[in-house]
Amino acid sequence: MTTLDPRAGAGLVAVAVLGTAPLWARTSVLRTLIGFFTLLALATMWNLLAGYAGLVSIGQQAWIGVGAYGLYWLSDSAGLDPFAAVPLAALAAAVLSVPVAVLAFRLRGGYFAIGTWVIAEVLRLLVANISQLGGGTGVTVTALSGYDRQTRVYLTYWLAFAVGVGAVALAYLLLRRRLGLALMANRDSETGARSLGVDVYRVKLVVYVVAAFGCALAGAVIYLNLLRIQPDAAFSVNWSAYMIFIVVIGGVGTIEGPIVGTVLFVVVQETLAQHGAWYLILLGLLAVAVALRARHGLWGLVADRTGVSLFPVRRRLVLPPAPPPAPAPAPGGSP
Amino acid sequence: MTTANNLVQGLLLGGLYAIFATGLSLMFGVMRLVNLAHGDFAILAAFLALVIVDGTGLHPLATLGIAVPAMFVLGYLLQRGVLNFTVGGDGLAPVLVTFGLSIVLQSLLLELFSADSRGLDAGAIEDTSLALGRLNVGWFRLLTLATGAAVLGGLQLLLARTRLGRELRATSDDPEAAQLVGVDHRHAFAMATGLALATVAIAGIFLGIRTTFSPALGPTRLIFAFEAVIIGGLGSLWGTLAGGMVLGLAQTLGAQVSPGWGVLTGHLVFLAVLAFRPSGLFGKPVTT
Repeated sequence: MTTLDPRAGAGLVAVAVLGTAPLWARTSVLRTLIGFFTLLALATMWNLLAGYAGLVSIGQQAWIGVGAYGLYWLSDSAGLDPFAAVPLAALAAAVLSVPVAVLAFRLRGGYFAIGTWVIAEVLRLLVANISQLGGGTGVTVTALSGYDRQTRVYLTYWLAFAVGVGAVALAYLLLRRRLGLALMANRDSETGARSLGVDVYRVKLVVYVVAAFGCALAGAVIYLNLLRIQPDAAFSVNWSAYMIFIVVIGGVGTIEGPIVGTVLFVVVQETLAQHGAWYLILLGLLAVAVALRARHGLWGLVADRTGVSLFPVRRRLVLPPAPPPAPAPAPGGSP
Repeated sequence: MTTANNLVQGLLLGGLYAIFATGLSLMFGVMRLVNLAHGDFAILAAFLALVIVDGTGLHPLATLGIAVPAMFVLGYLLQRGVLNFTVGGDGLAPVLVTFGLSIVLQSLLLELFSADSRGLDAGAIEDTSLALGRLNVGWFRLLTLATGAAVLGGLQLLLARTRLGRELRATSDDPEAAQLVGVDHRHAFAMATGLALATVAIAGIFLGIRTTFSPALGPTRLIFAFEAVIIGGLGSLWGTLAGGMVLGLAQTLGAQVSPGWGVLTGHLVFLAVLAFRPSGLFGKPVTT
């Protein structure tokens, strides 16, 4: 293969245009794009959980909050550079997510969903009771005052860009590995996957920890942009509503779905920004309709009609052409 | 005496949580469906009662006569028109659809009634209390507990003794086999959701009299109901009442230690039960 796949070419152009946005875009546009990329990362993580591991969490705001408060504590209290504090806060969330997963995995289906929500509430209430973290009124990240405004916005943008694109790339690479095969086998038949030797518990645990890491990373970048952290906002269940609506509308269980969903979400949110909660009502009704009528979302509708796949992670059985006179063709195929 | 008083208050609060939890438990028991909009329907019923009180001057407790049947019909239609299409399949749809409904309902209530806290004024019954030695127990709180016990007992009787109860139990055990002997599972499911929303209407109106409410309050009610179910043990109706009381006690005693710790203590008791006794305090041990 010497020619470039047109999909990869278009992808490279998009990444190049968006990666250089600080050179051509106004600050207000950059801030919208920061929102877009962090939401894309959150949605992609939620899609890994629900679309591939069958874990419907409505408590991912737990990790957004841990990322936000981790950023504050590591930079303002421990004196680290805020941009270095972002990945460390996400690592802390990943470590904390292991015991949380062990507890939450005792519940299944809808009860797992509420269980993750309770855990997020516990973290919110704990933070609201810790005066060193500002209690219920919250804190402001002041460690960024060393950077001038423009540098700060540019660095935050590139970090958000890296987190958004990185989340999609991570999901793609994970799903093309053994883990992806195990996840899809488990999604299609848990019993079948188990009988073939898939350690379902371990696979789900890995996905949960990766999603906690990704959401904390995105959460830290969101608050690097906003600076003001309050427990009710950082641990708000609305974050889960955003993730769920984006992924369900875009297409659960596809890598393209969250991208399509995030574009639609940001457009609707920006358009209806002046009309209170109506954008949530509209997107909620759309998500309910899609969950009932088109299980693979808007992207699923496109892919079913055209067969297009931007990020091929499905595996197809390709049988080698059998040599006609051979006595007995060997069974099997390539993955 | 504060501690003794708080013990009693906590137990009585458990009666309210039990009414919230009954409907959640019933829907899960009959069709393995967890209704994430459960709490929001309680708040919807409280606002419905408020509108009726404002419009007609009825006593808030009298609005039960209108709001409970109305919520039953809404539940029946919701199941027939929407939720029946989510049962079965890959298991994602029920959670996604009911969560979507929860957010839509909350946002609609917010647009209609604003974020202000509202209350239902039940007059004298809220202020008078029964003196038991040195303890004072409010009549309204006693009425709440009695109502909780009546709702649970009534549901128990309905499930055990009536034709509808038999159909619900049969559908719960095996919808297809029930269908073979002439039970329409779509109708049975819809009756279950109707009953669930009728109980949640009672819970919502008692909540509205007991304290103030606002559109954003639904999710915490769902969480308390869920905690009562898990603490009590899945599949045990009287366990749910006990679970509600354990939760009420934990919250009241936690708040006595520090006002910010009430709800948190309830959550921590729930997590402890999940960690050390996942089948609940009164449930049958589950082997999966």
